[in-house]
Amino acid sequence: MKIDPIHQFNIEPLFTIGHIGNQTIAFTNSSLYMLVAVAIISLLMLASGTQLVPGRLQSVAEISYEFVASTIRSTAGSEGMKFFPLIFSLFMFICVSNLVGIIPYTFTISSHLIVTAALALLVFFTVLIYGVAKNGLKFFSIFVPHGVPGYILPLVMFIEILSFFLRPVSHSVRLFANMLAGHIALKVFAGFVAMLGFSLGALGWFGGVLPLALTVALYALEILVAFLQAYVFAILTCIYLNDAIHPGH
Amino acid sequence: MAESHGGAKNPAAGAHTEAEGGHGGGFPPFESSTYASQLVWLAIFFVALYVIVSKLALPKVGGAIEARQNKIEGDLAEAQTLKDQSEAALKAYEGELASARSRAQAIGNESRDKANAQAEAERKALEEQLAAKLAEAEKTIASTRATAMSNVRGIAADAAGTIVQQLTGVVPDAASVNAAVDASLKG
Repeated sequence: MKIDPIHQFNIEPLFTIGHIGNQTIAFTNSSLYMLVAVAIISLLMLASGTQLVPGRLQSVAEISYEFVASTIRSTAGSEGMKFFPLIFSLFMFICVSNLVGIIPYTFTISSHLIVTAALALLVFFTVLIYGVAKNGLKFFSIFVPHGVPGYILPLVMFIEILSFFLRPVSHSVRLFANMLAGHIALKVFAGFVAMLGFSLGALGWFGGVLPLALTVALYALEILVAFLQAYVFAILTCIYLNDAIHPGH
Repeated sequence: MAESHGGAKNPAAGAHTEAEGGHGGGFPPFESSTYASQLVWLAIFFVALYVIVSKLALPKVGGAIEARQNKIEGDLAEAQTLKDQSEAALKAYEGELASARSRAQAIGNESRDKANAQAEAERKALEEQLAAKLAEAEKTIASTRATAMSNVRGIAADAAGTIVQQLTGVVPDAASVNAAVDASLKG
């Protein structure tokens, strides 16, 4: 009995679509769970009815709508509602795929850095392009904070510019690392239970109680993390977009 | 949150090396051969999701929320107008009641005054009538007495004349008899 906490992140091609250059494009388990996430969100949002008094499914759909809308309004103002579809898509995609990924034997899309990096870069370039298109060169005033004495201004500007370009790194690594580490920890503690049970017999069954309790506790924490990281990703997107909408602040 | 997971990584890393033999490959998230597939499908599905969300899902759910909001606001406005109406009706009723009450009081006062005046007038008329009757009766009594008194004088004169005739056998002079009677009556 061996614990293999990395196996759950393997990408298994289901069937191959074609090649781009020397890269093979395959429909993988990751693609399948992307499809599952899109299907769940579409089902939730489209099949939930438009009753005056909402049912359960409709309530969930409306709560998600109101939750994302109020997050945008409180962080980026009412002008930020332009990006409502984008932020809603990001939040729901990450939240649903994280929650699906927590079910045993499933795959977690956001446990791959390439996926979170792609989403973070999407946000980064949206901010950059919209900010420049809307404000012109005034957009770059976000690198010049108000009320900073002239002699340290170059240093502050250097730090601001650096932090701006490091945003996609922290944005993507935060989500990726949380999901990866959480799933590894869960797998390791759950593996201890089985390992003790198989190797030590009756004593192991008793010994397994502690890691089992830890697994249950970690599982609850991971459900929270799955939602929270989606929320953090969405709210950071709002904050970054706020720079593009109101560069004066 | 990130710190706690960072801590949890360490036993995981140990378990990973322990399991290395069974696994065989590198670390899946850093296997660059899978990047192209993941990016292509992420692009396809995320664009699909964006289109579904922006064209169908959000208008639908937002419309339902807005319709509910409008319905609630409409109902509240209607309830407010109905409340205002009932309050106006209540006010009108109270005004009507107050005016009716004051009118009733006025009518009561008026009829009482009238009744009082009538009773007073009747009493006065009756008193006058009684006074007239009293005066008449007094007059009758006086005249009766006067008549009676004159009758007494005549009888007295006759009686005196007869008595004198009986006693003296002489028929007295009527004038002197009358004078004598008057003198005795006066005395």
